[in-house]
Amino acid sequence: MAQTIPLSYYLAISAVLFAMGALGVLIRRNPLIIFMSVELMLNAANLAFVAFARSFGVLTGQIFVFFVMTVSAAEVAVGLALIIIIFRNKHSIDVDLMNSLKG
Amino acid sequence: MNLTLILFIVLASVAVASAAGLLVSRNTVYAALFLVLNFATVAVFYLLLGAPFIALAQVTIYAGAIMVLFLFVIMLLGSEKLPRGQALPWQRPMAIILAAVLLAEAGFLLFQRLQLTASLANPEASVNTTETLRTLGMTLFNQYLLPFEVTSVLLLVAMVGVIVLTKKEKGEQG
Repeated sequence: MAQTIPLSYYLAISAVLFAMGALGVLIRRNPLIIFMSVELMLNAANLAFVAFARSFGVLTGQIFVFFVMTVSAAEVAVGLALIIIIFRNKHSIDVDLMNSLKG
Repeated sequence: MNLTLILFIVLASVAVASAAGLLVSRNTVYAALFLVLNFATVAVFYLLLGAPFIALAQVTIYAGAIMVLFLFVIMLLGSEKLPRGQALPWQRPMAIILAAVLLAEAGFLLFQRLQLTASLANPEASVNTTETLRTLGMTLFNQYLLPFEVTSVLLLVAMVGVIVLTKKEKGEQG
């Protein structure tokens, strides 16, 4: 199957997904959904990486995407653990309540 | 209009629609499932781009492991439906304006560099998948061996950190 889709289409969809992720971080106040929006942004960046890697004919972009996936897996594990602790301490996860560093 | 372009347009609309579903759904479980759908469509994009390894890693790591972790936490906290809180009055319009500005900047860069992207738009017609995978593996385990090993240390640190964070103190109830 011939590659007939221009690179710019992939970059456009990547930009749209990234902007929607940023919008999600800004408008939602449930930390779990904010977190998922961050994942969406990481994913959009990965898509741009792979598209550029394909365009330039190098594999380094794919390898970087692999590392980004690993780091985001670690980040999700730690972030969800923090959300669980906050829920344990405050019995709520509304971001409006997370306004103090003391427990 | 050829088949690949039709497939691309369908996938792009599914991806944007599922991202929109993530933004608007009140139920956190629905949001997580919308995100799984989004990750799956992006995995098909990777297949179209001749990156089968990344596509399958996307399905197993993101759609599989990470989202299952999310669903676990959502159900553990019982926060499927958060009550609609007192929203800041200017938060929503401000957020939409800022996101639109971000998108406009990205679009501006994209079209300003259209010359560059147009010159890159014609990669080799067909990709030998087996050869790509072979080269990917060789590169990962030769040139990028040290970062690969550091990744394992990173995952170990994250694992230990999570266990330490969520461990209950001695005598703590609940």
